[in-house]
Amino acid sequence: MSAPSQTVERLMPGELIDDFFVWERIHLGAQGIVYRVTGGAADFPMLMKVPRFQTGDAAEILIHYETEAMILPVLSGPHVPRFVAAGDIRRMAYLVLERIEGESLESQLVRCPMPASEVARIGAAIGDALHSLHRQGAVHCDLKPDNVILRPTGETVLIDFGLAWHARFPDLLAEEERFEAGSAPYISPEQLLGVRGDARSDVYSLGVILYEVATGELPFGVPASRGGLRQRLWMDPDPPAVLGEGVTPALQEIILRCLEPEVERRYQSAAHVAFDLRHPDQVQLTSRAFKKESAGFLTQTQRWWKARLTPIPPPPRMKRALDAAPVVMVALDTTQGDDERQPAIQRVTRQVLSLTNDFRLVCVSVVEAPPLGANHGEGASALHLDQMVRLRNWTVPLGLPAQRLSLHVIVAPDPAASLLEFARRNNVDLIVLGAPRPSQQALAWWRSVASSVTANAHCSVHVVRVPEPREEAAPLRTSGLTR
Amino acid sequence: MSPSIQPGVDLLLALLSDLHANLEALDACLKHARDSGATRYAFLGDLVDYGADPAAVLEIVRRYVAEGAIAVQGNHDAWVSKSAGAVSGAVQASIRWTRDALSAEGKAWLASLPLCAREEAVCFVHASAAMPERWEYVEDPEAARRSADAARVPWTFSGHVHKQVLFFEAARGKMSSYDPLPGRAVIVRRNRRWVAIVGSVGQPRERNPAAAYALFDLERELLTFQRVPYDHLTAARKIRAAGLPDLLLWSSW
Repeated sequence: MSAPSQTVERLMPGELIDDFFVWERIHLGAQGIVYRVTGGAADFPMLMKVPRFQTGDAAEILIHYETEAMILPVLSGPHVPRFVAAGDIRRMAYLVLERIEGESLESQLVRCPMPASEVARIGAAIGDALHSLHRQGAVHCDLKPDNVILRPTGETVLIDFGLAWHARFPDLLAEEERFEAGSAPYISPEQLLGVRGDARSDVYSLGVILYEVATGELPFGVPASRGGLRQRLWMDPDPPAVLGEGVTPALQEIILRCLEPEVERRYQSAAHVAFDLRHPDQVQLTSRAFKKESAGFLTQTQRWWKARLTPIPPPPRMKRALDAAPVVMVALDTTQGDDERQPAIQRVTRQVLSLTNDFRLVCVSVVEAPPLGANHGEGASALHLDQMVRLRNWTVPLGLPAQRLSLHVIVAPDPAASLLEFARRNNVDLIVLGAPRPSQQALAWWRSVASSVTANAHCSVHVVRVPEPREEAAPLRTSGLTR
Repeated sequence: MSPSIQPGVDLLLALLSDLHANLEALDACLKHARDSGATRYAFLGDLVDYGADPAAVLEIVRRYVAEGAIAVQGNHDAWVSKSAGAVSGAVQASIRWTRDALSAEGKAWLASLPLCAREEAVCFVHASAAMPERWEYVEDPEAARRSADAARVPWTFSGHVHKQVLFFEAARGKMSSYDPLPGRAVIVRRNRRWVAIVGSVGQPRERNPAAAYALFDLERELLTFQRVPYDHLTAARKIRAAGLPDLLLWSSW
């Protein structure tokens, strides 16, 4: 491997590099320098990242540069900076990217501990960004407050893909054994053991961020040694509620579930974390939620032994965890008590859920808002409660554990728009809903709901149709067929 | 004339290995490569043996070579045209059948092929560039490292192992391996070393009968592994009809 021998310390304002004019220096880091640039065809603000091969470990800096240059061009969406250009490595290595307007989460840490609602808002926004990344086959592998930009709109953008992993590309960092000190507080236990390419590692790092934002402390401090790093394999952090007064049981449940040392016990999808942060009332609380101290000495000693004996992990392979952890949304019309579509939707839901072990089922009933001028007070809340009871009743035969299930009654004037908005905001992977019944004129609005949802959804839609009874079926027409 | 392999030349190189006298598979891959814009071709050995069309396949390859394609010798080409090594009975029978099916002149051409060819930063070899005549299987990163060390170029393209895999120099100079996804371009920068096993045109052994080959874009440093479905049932029928050992059908269902 050979690194280009470029000198980048002396790029002058106004200097032209390929299509780009270099302006002021924005950032000077050990691995590279960032300049503001203009020019080219893009119509958004840009920056140029130039690796510094002279100052550090050139081989390591080169590999991070190559990794980012390989992965960023194939990523898309509002949660990553847009890729503009990469320099020819034989002449001068650089990356030109979209410059994101906003503050880094790192710069906001002075406000820690933040109130639970603020923690949830930021955490859910990072969860959305991670989910978008994971759906594209990538894992960030270096999630920390430095690498999260908060847009003024509330969305987050992930930056710095120098350690990232993508299913479509050879992993140049596969044999890497060193870890950057800056990322150490946020790294997942399995990454310490050399496992890369597991989306759930990012979920762990999100847990560390949530812990920090909620308490102002890091769950394992800033490890200075490899032994200190390995503590997270076996040690329990102090429960966040002990450190941060505003940490609710639901928030503690979410944070500690993200921080489970074993990936299987963690959230299986960043979308599930975002969902729980947005709906704390729907979080199934376990013993995690009410912990007042870390596990006893004996338990931790046992785990320490287990961690010591942990064998060298298998080489990284492509994980399909995301496909196996979908958010399935069922839209029901609970205003119709004897709707024969409901058992049919139940059968389909059962079939869909039987294909996976780690789903999240979200049941939604949209009730048309009463017309303007009607009494919104007691009547509306009684209606809401009544629909909630019916929704729960519909889920009973499915026999699902409470942590897989959540129920939502939305009172809104436009059911289709509400369902679509809810599905998009909660990263739903599949919507199940009933087709309109031909016999039911009263459900004319629902007809438009099914078609409008199908036409406009961001994800797959399963429209359930109840077969017409045989005697009512139209006679089979054979006239046009040749025998 | 074929474009030469050098920086700045727009070149899309089709890499085809282990044709094994399978005419249907070769036709499908050549058509796919042509449609993809291939401007040059390299045949990485084992052109004949096992399949039912050695003469027709050889004729096509020789026509491409006459127009500037690269060809290296595989172990089966050596066994058919020179002497067979210590191989099993079924392979012996297949070699005898193939020898009868080829002209003396065709066998002489096979015997004259080089074991290894180098052009600019690319090395072509059937097995390992480290002592190619030993027909070592490059099946793990360590074997790939030996091949890359001997090749002394950024890109080494091989066959022999009938499975597509890309070995590459990862962090700290260690070799690692990657199972490529067909049809998706992989960036293969020349500042590190790559050993690509392009798979088999005529006899892929991955329980998927689609023919395997690869396309290399030198200027953009992109390598794309390909799988091409073809009429494998006809190829299998011809093997039976020719009286070749049934054993050779094992990859063709």
